[in-house]
Amino acid sequence: MDFLSEHQPELLPGKRKLPPVQGAIEAPHGTTIVAVTFPGGVVLAGDRRATMGNVIAQRDIEKVFPADEYSAVGIAGTAGLAVEMVKLFQLELEHFEKVEGAQLSLEGKANRLSTMIRSNLGMAMQGLAVVPLFAGYDVDREKGRIFSYDVTGGRSEEQGYAATGSGSIFARGAMKKLFRDDLSEAEATTLVVQALYDAADDDSATGGPDVARRIYPIVTVITEDGFRRLTEDEASGIARSVLERRLEQPDGPRAALL
Amino acid sequence: MSTPFYVSPQQAMADRAEYARKGIARGRSLVVLQYADGIVFVGENPSRALHKFSEIYDRIGFAAAGKYNEYENLRIGGVRYADLRGYTYDRDDVTARGLANVYAQTLGTIFSSVGEKPYEVELVVAEVGETPEQDQIYRLPHDGSIVDEHGSVAVGGNAEQISGYLDQRHRDGMTLAEALKLAVQSLSRDTNGSEREIPAERLEVAVLDRTRPQKRKFKRITGRQLSRLLEAGGAETASEAEADTESGGDVE
Repeated sequence: MDFLSEHQPELLPGKRKLPPVQGAIEAPHGTTIVAVTFPGGVVLAGDRRATMGNVIAQRDIEKVFPADEYSAVGIAGTAGLAVEMVKLFQLELEHFEKVEGAQLSLEGKANRLSTMIRSNLGMAMQGLAVVPLFAGYDVDREKGRIFSYDVTGGRSEEQGYAATGSGSIFARGAMKKLFRDDLSEAEATTLVVQALYDAADDDSATGGPDVARRIYPIVTVITEDGFRRLTEDEASGIARSVLERRLEQPDGPRAALL
Repeated sequence: MSTPFYVSPQQAMADRAEYARKGIARGRSLVVLQYADGIVFVGENPSRALHKFSEIYDRIGFAAAGKYNEYENLRIGGVRYADLRGYTYDRDDVTARGLANVYAQTLGTIFSSVGEKPYEVELVVAEVGETPEQDQIYRLPHDGSIVDEHGSVAVGGNAEQISGYLDQRHRDGMTLAEALKLAVQSLSRDTNGSEREIPAERLEVAVLDRTRPQKRKFKRITGRQLSRLLEAGGAETASEAEADTESGGDVE
């Protein structure tokens, strides 16, 4: 990063001059990302829709990326900028690991991402915000952890579950009612798909599972064995079983009243 | 002012080469061998912290003999070059050939510039391909030349003798355990022909394993995994050796 800013600063997102703006810039935006911890790891998932105003810009965008072996980033906000930010973030983690011979701590990674979001503040003020969700397995503390961010780079660690993006309000509501601290990995992956379904149900910018086109949410699991993205078969299996239950109960599982 | 003595350019270069060679010869040798599923790096290294081998990029590994601070400098330069390339263009655009060229330029410039002392290092840059035929191994001596190697290569103090030994015994399609055994045998032969034992704790071993599912193929082999492979010697089957490489987390 330091090397890059010295030699080719134009490659860094924060170092570009902003064009003068007339009106709002229309660029594809990514929408909902959710994360849930379970004993032994963390699950990070995202829907597949990108919107540009009222238009669906892309149906099968991928918004969850591995940052390194033990962490992943899910992005909401301006897709182009976010993807570039993730690419640079991945590069930096890998570069550090190779040069120093050791991985950054999970805290260190989260802090680094925070600085990168802050450097994008100028763009964010013009409506091109990037708000990621960072999840990883902390090898030292042996548990999954989630970090959420705001546009100014403010970082906060979330306990249990978190969501970001336009559908996050609905997803968070769903997770609040379904979350327990003794979830298994399989239950946690089902929970995130339920939450994404609820987000898609009430938020027009979030895409639900698309059975006709076989587009299902991206679900990733990070445990002490490292990062793993569920295969299409696994993800479609979960999405289909959720869908099947919703045919009987359109609002999903009910929580107890008291 | 006194007139400086005249030294012919040939003599000056010969002196510098002699100086560099002597520096390299003081260090311990290391070997790089092709095996069925990739490329293995083996060297004697009493230090756990100062590595002789390292990852440069997805499929590219680096090995160096000589002065630590000098090759560490080159290694970090290489990582920077590769990461910058990969970020600007694409991960596939980072190749061992390109990297070897950059190293050759750097070493050559330093070697022939009068103000600087020549680097006392000898490098190996290796890239593992999809098939053994696509593997590339380059050896870069102190003067900035590039030697394209196949099968096996040795650098460091005892390099000539070791590579002679390896050339006779190395064959294509060896398993990891076989290649490792051969490498250790070659390293444990002294200049006078006598053999000595190198304990597993003093060995540094790393592989570029083309069967690894991740993009990054470089992996260090340490501890229990290493002793298991050493015990397995050349006696057992390839499948067991592969299982060994697969298991166990990354130690990087």
